[in-house]
Amino acid sequence: MSEECELKYTDFKSDLSVRWCAGCGDHAILNAVQKAMANLKVEPHNVAVISGIGCSSRFPYYMNTYGFHTIHGRASAVASGVKVANPNLKVWQITGDGDALAIGGNHFIHLIRRNIDINVILFNNQIYGLTKGQYSPTSKRGFISKTSPYGTVEDPFRPGELTLGARGQFFARTIDKEIKLSIEVMEEAARHKGTSIVEVLQNCVIYNDKTHEAITDKKYKADRTIILQHGEKMIFGVDNDKGLVMDGMDIKTVTIGQDGYTLDDILVHDAYTHHGAMHRKLSNMDFPELPVALGVIRSVKDNVYDVSVEQQLVDVQAKTSITTFEEMVNSGDVWEVE
Amino acid sequence: MMGRSSKVIERDEVVVRFSGDSGDGMQLTGTLFSNTSAVFGNDISTFPDYPAEIRAPQGTIGGVSGFQVHFGHSEVFTPGDYADVLVAMNPAALKANAKWVKHGGTIIIDVDAFDAKNLEKAGYKTDDPITEDKLGDYHIIKAPITNLTKESLKDMGLDNKSILRSKNMYALGLVYWLFNRPMEHTTNYIKKKFAKNPLIVEANLKVLREGYNYGVIIQAVTPSYHINPAAIAKGKYRNINGNIATAWGLIAASKKANLELFLGSYPITPATEILQELSLRKDMGVKVFQAEDEIAGICTAIGASFAGDLAVTSTSGPGLALKGEAIGLAVIAELPLVIVNVQRGGPSTGLPTKTEQSDLMQALYGRNGESPCVVMAASSPINCFEYAFYAAKIAVEHMTPVILLTDGFLANGTQTWKIPDLADYPEIKAKRVAPEDEATWMPYQRDPETYVRSWVKVGTPGLMHRIGGLEKDEKTGGVSYDGENHERMVKYREAKIKYIENNIPEQDILGEPESDLLVVGWGGTFGHLFTAVEELSEEGVHVALAHFNYINPLPKNAHAVLKRYKKILVCELNLGQFANYLRMNYPDIQYRQFNKMQGLPFSVVELKEQFKKLLEE
Ligand SMILES: Cc1ncc(C[n+]2csc(CCOP(=O)(O)OP(=O)(O)O)c2C)c(N)n1
Ligand code: SF4
Ligand SMILES: [Mg+2]
Repeated sequence: MSEECELKYTDFKSDLSVRWCAGCGDHAILNAVQKAMANLKVEPHNVAVISGIGCSSRFPYYMNTYGFHTIHGRASAVASGVKVANPNLKVWQITGDGDALAIGGNHFIHLIRRNIDINVILFNNQIYGLTKGQYSPTSKRGFISKTSPYGTVEDPFRPGELTLGARGQFFARTIDKEIKLSIEVMEEAARHKGTSIVEVLQNCVIYNDKTHEAITDKKYKADRTIILQHGEKMIFGVDNDKGLVMDGMDIKTVTIGQDGYTLDDILVHDAYTHHGAMHRKLSNMDFPELPVALGVIRSVKDNVYDVSVEQQLVDVQAKTSITTFEEMVNSGDVWEVE
Repeated sequence: MMGRSSKVIERDEVVVRFSGDSGDGMQLTGTLFSNTSAVFGNDISTFPDYPAEIRAPQGTIGGVSGFQVHFGHSEVFTPGDYADVLVAMNPAALKANAKWVKHGGTIIIDVDAFDAKNLEKAGYKTDDPITEDKLGDYHIIKAPITNLTKESLKDMGLDNKSILRSKNMYALGLVYWLFNRPMEHTTNYIKKKFAKNPLIVEANLKVLREGYNYGVIIQAVTPSYHINPAAIAKGKYRNINGNIATAWGLIAASKKANLELFLGSYPITPATEILQELSLRKDMGVKVFQAEDEIAGICTAIGASFAGDLAVTSTSGPGLALKGEAIGLAVIAELPLVIVNVQRGGPSTGLPTKTEQSDLMQALYGRNGESPCVVMAASSPINCFEYAFYAAKIAVEHMTPVILLTDGFLANGTQTWKIPDLADYPEIKAKRVAPEDEATWMPYQRDPETYVRSWVKVGTPGLMHRIGGLEKDEKTGGVSYDGENHERMVKYREAKIKYIENNIPEQDILGEPESDLLVVGWGGTFGHLFTAVEELSEEGVHVALAHFNYINPLPKNAHAVLKRYKKILVCELNLGQFANYLRMNYPDIQYRQFNKMQGLPFSVVELKEQFKKLLEE
């Protein structure tokens, strides 16, 4: 069979019935991933979907691919092993904000640092869903939950900033119900060679309903988010009249045609530059000061771990005089008793 | 070599201990001496003993580094309890090691290092350490090693530091004279090692020769030793330590299984060398992932196993503790995985560079839930090769994690190894899905006899499936919360491990099977237990020995073996973990214990004493 073939998204559906709560954002993400995979034309048997533990991590069971629902926080490590063992596989990692950023934080940053070719879909519902509603490392300061009845007294991680801080070369953001955008972003993530982090703002209807509503609601979305496209002006708003400009060291929102700002003043998005400063500013933009950035914020080519591992094997083997087990055990200080 | 005018002591075996400051190069000196003896045809066993601190304060007891070698003309199984010859490069080395020299033995000291400052640092109260340590009956060779080295190299244009660094070669030369050993091996080593620096080569060789000549000069007053070569089987030989043997056993298994070898690991003493050796073995196609911690070490290995590699993780006690949850994942996922645990003194950071056998219970039970895995133990530096090979074979053929226990003593100790022929080793065959079964295959279908499920590599067309840490349906592998299914699965996983007793050797009895006393040991204590039993046998005292390598499952005949004896003494370097395990498995038998927890192996002397005492009771 060839690498490429016609696939429908239903080819990626397993026969298990999906068990997430009705109205959970995870349904839409599953849908988007299946459609992205069909578009990518990768045969299901060459795909491994690896997850940790959490509501989101049930994901692999619903995929008609190879899947491994591992242990809490360790999906990055298991996925790394799969990919390094067989770099021909397409490896996707499904993880929650707790799974990736709390218990799995160490593996998450090291995966990114190594730049192993894995697509990570980070379901950010700012809550521990599976354990029924405790605050997570992405919950905002003051957030009230079962374990923070008086509000949290800690500040959250911003996944984009963390990714960049760990030398991440691909970061994108999307919203669960924006399936079209999610598909686009996931396809780009999959095509990117190296670790791709896709943060999905996901709604947990049961324990953290409407947590992203201020920006994802239809009524405000256009004014409170901006979809970044490489090479395009950073324009947004219901009337497409708002834009981003630099103001000293900061980004600010302006209205085109007001205060002397014209289209020419508006910033152009460069996702491919390796300089991280602008990407960090963009990924950190937050409501209400600035629109939340969606789309591919950073996508930069760099050395890929699994490729380098293979290359080193080839290089060493081309030079060595030891090619068999016999030669290995007979190398060095060996003597013969006649 | 020159003729000798001095007294020559004929011996079957000799123990030499080199000791000095960490910076004195004693490990290298000891290694060169043992390799020379091995090439000469002696059987050898060595053990390095070095401080946990990389650079402990110079001249202090804490900074003493030692290397002991035991060689003989018949097989030797331990590095020896007590040394016939001690080399002490400074007072601290003498202080730390004098108690390990046989009464009346030979002690070579570098007198130049025995100044007031060093004597004080070593904790001597007088300026006469020989009297203070009651070494009057010993043969003391007071060699001015530092000064003679300086004198010999003074015109070579070397800096002082390089000159002082060569003094270990002076000591080595002197020991070569003592044992009348050829120096070609060492000469070649030095030429190769310092090929880029001819001056250093010249200096080292000069000092080595002068050390030898010093022996010739003092021979009138100094007895030397003569040990015949061992009568050993034809073949090729090398010296190898337990860690390298483990690494190579895993490589051998990957060749026999026709699988790529993957290691996920994080450095930890005394297991690091396995990671280092396998990192070097790109020539053998080994993929090594130095992970961010032990959890990632095992988790990458589990991922690699899912993808179809022969997957291994290596660690020591604290790391095994971190891996616990992931071992459980491998147990429930039923994936092959080898976990090498090189035991050291615990709990916590404990005694990182010292040996102990105290991780047995952790290996057997250190996980949540009913979580059986195979536990086995190597028992000599060289048989780490065998047991690593069989650990991999069992893991692959029985779809289970296997914990292989070695320890600091085996890991760092060396023995002479007859290089094996891979053709003599069995094939390793994974259970795969036959093409005709593909249509009806289910991920957790088992072989009705062995309970083994089949191993499907990710990437195989048509056999996509999902696995995970949640309990699964006994056939489909889908998530199942059904209580009865769970109970069946718990029992299947247990039975799968139990079945392996059919594929491992029966427990044999060494020493004198017809005895009232059966000594029981496991793992790294074999050499000492066996030597004690053999020596007693030569003295007409009959003791039997059952030394275990397979712990879970135990050999099928283990109960019958134990049942035959009146008295059973379980000897181990912990508080009695194996004894308790046997009590639990075979409660109808009485067990006595002999335990030691000093970070050291047993001594043959103390074992013999115990055995005799028990026989007299
Ligand atoms: C070692 C371990 N600790 C704790 C848990 C309990 N636990 C399961 S999922 C989870 C948090 C899940 O949150 P997140 O990763 O955000 O996933 P979500 O359910 O929100 O999708 C916790 C604490 C566990 N399964 N294992
Ligand atoms: S608890 Fe929340 S995250 Fe979990 S399935 Fe229900 S809605 Fe989704
Ligand atoms: Mg969450």
